Amino acid sequence: MADRRHPTYLAFLAHRLSGLALALFLPVHFWALGQALQGEAALEGFLRWTDHWLFKLAEWGLVVLLALHLAGGLRVMALEFLGWRARQKDMAAIGAGFALAVGLLFLLHVG
Amino acid sequence: METLKVRIWRGDAAGGAFSAYEVPARENQTVLDVVSEIQREQEPALAYRFACRVGMCGSCAMEVNGRARWTCRTHVKRVAKPGEALTLRPLPHLPVIRDLATDMAPFFDKWARAKGSFQPKDAPDGAVPEDFAVVPPGSKPRREADAGIECIGCGVCYASCDVVGWNPDYLGPAALNRAWTLVNDVRDGARRARLDAVSGDAGCHSCHSTQSCTERCPKGLDPSSAIAGLKRSLFWDALLGRRG
Repeated sequence: MADRRHPTYLAFLAHRLSGLALALFLPVHFWALGQALQGEAALEGFLRWTDHWLFKLAEWGLVVLLALHLAGGLRVMALEFLGWRARQKDMAAIGAGFALAVGLLFLLHVG
Repeated sequence: METLKVRIWRGDAAGGAFSAYEVPARENQTVLDVVSEIQREQEPALAYRFACRVGMCGSCAMEVNGRARWTCRTHVKRVAKPGEALTLRPLPHLPVIRDLATDMAPFFDKWARAKGSFQPKDAPDGAVPEDFAVVPPGSKPRREADAGIECIGCGVCYASCDVVGWNPDYLGPAALNRAWTLVNDVRDGARRARLDAVSGDAGCHSCHSTQSCTERCPKGLDPSSAIAGLKRSLFWDALLGRRG
């Protein structure tokens, strides 16, 4: 088993896996929006669901995934388009910190 | 005297298995010292490769405990805690000739495919240019070329690159790094053909920027950024209609 333990590989994994998870979320997202087409009652029925704590947890996960993917994407774009070769590990750490901060911010507003 | 346990992959292109050895554990020994001791004292048929022993030639690279390294510049105590075994394999992603010796031909063929040879702009037929080219050391292209020029072709980045493992046609970090030094060489006249050669599925666009090449390069070079540079050049050339 090859040794891949280094920060930018972890950043790559986080970026790739969060992207895949977000892609899986999209159909659910569109389905939920589609409920509005069935009329107000259908959407309301679904939205009542969203008050459940399990839903809030999933929502928190989604927000963290989005933040992770955004930060990871910006890092790769800075590397590829701006040629920022220095301090890649710091940038990966800042990306992780950003996702964590966004996650905490979300938790502060849940309730 | 304490002993060091060593597992060495032995075999050829058809397959192989690990053999176990023990050598005296010394205060100062490199992985190459250990392999040489085993070959001289215990296993005369063991195939491996080395030349300079001081990190100049790049021929002794192997996979040491899961990571591609120069064995001559790797002290055992840096990679194995006391009592821990050494596991040695030939470099990944390359055909095995025998035991720890790999066939580097595919690796260097890719340098040729990436148009890794200098094509003088002023003397296309190999003639000697009339005058010296003036390339200011502080200029941006010169600094970009300088950043990657010290590659000695050891293959550690190539062996550490997942994309090479996924796509055997992928040119790999070393060949692309070489191409980037030449794209930045103001005396070179083959920019267009070289950028064509390094684009596409087997070229720079396959790179996922995991930066394992940069992380593992024993010379501290940054092939990942060189590949990013190629992507950037191709992007702007395509956007501004310079690719024709």
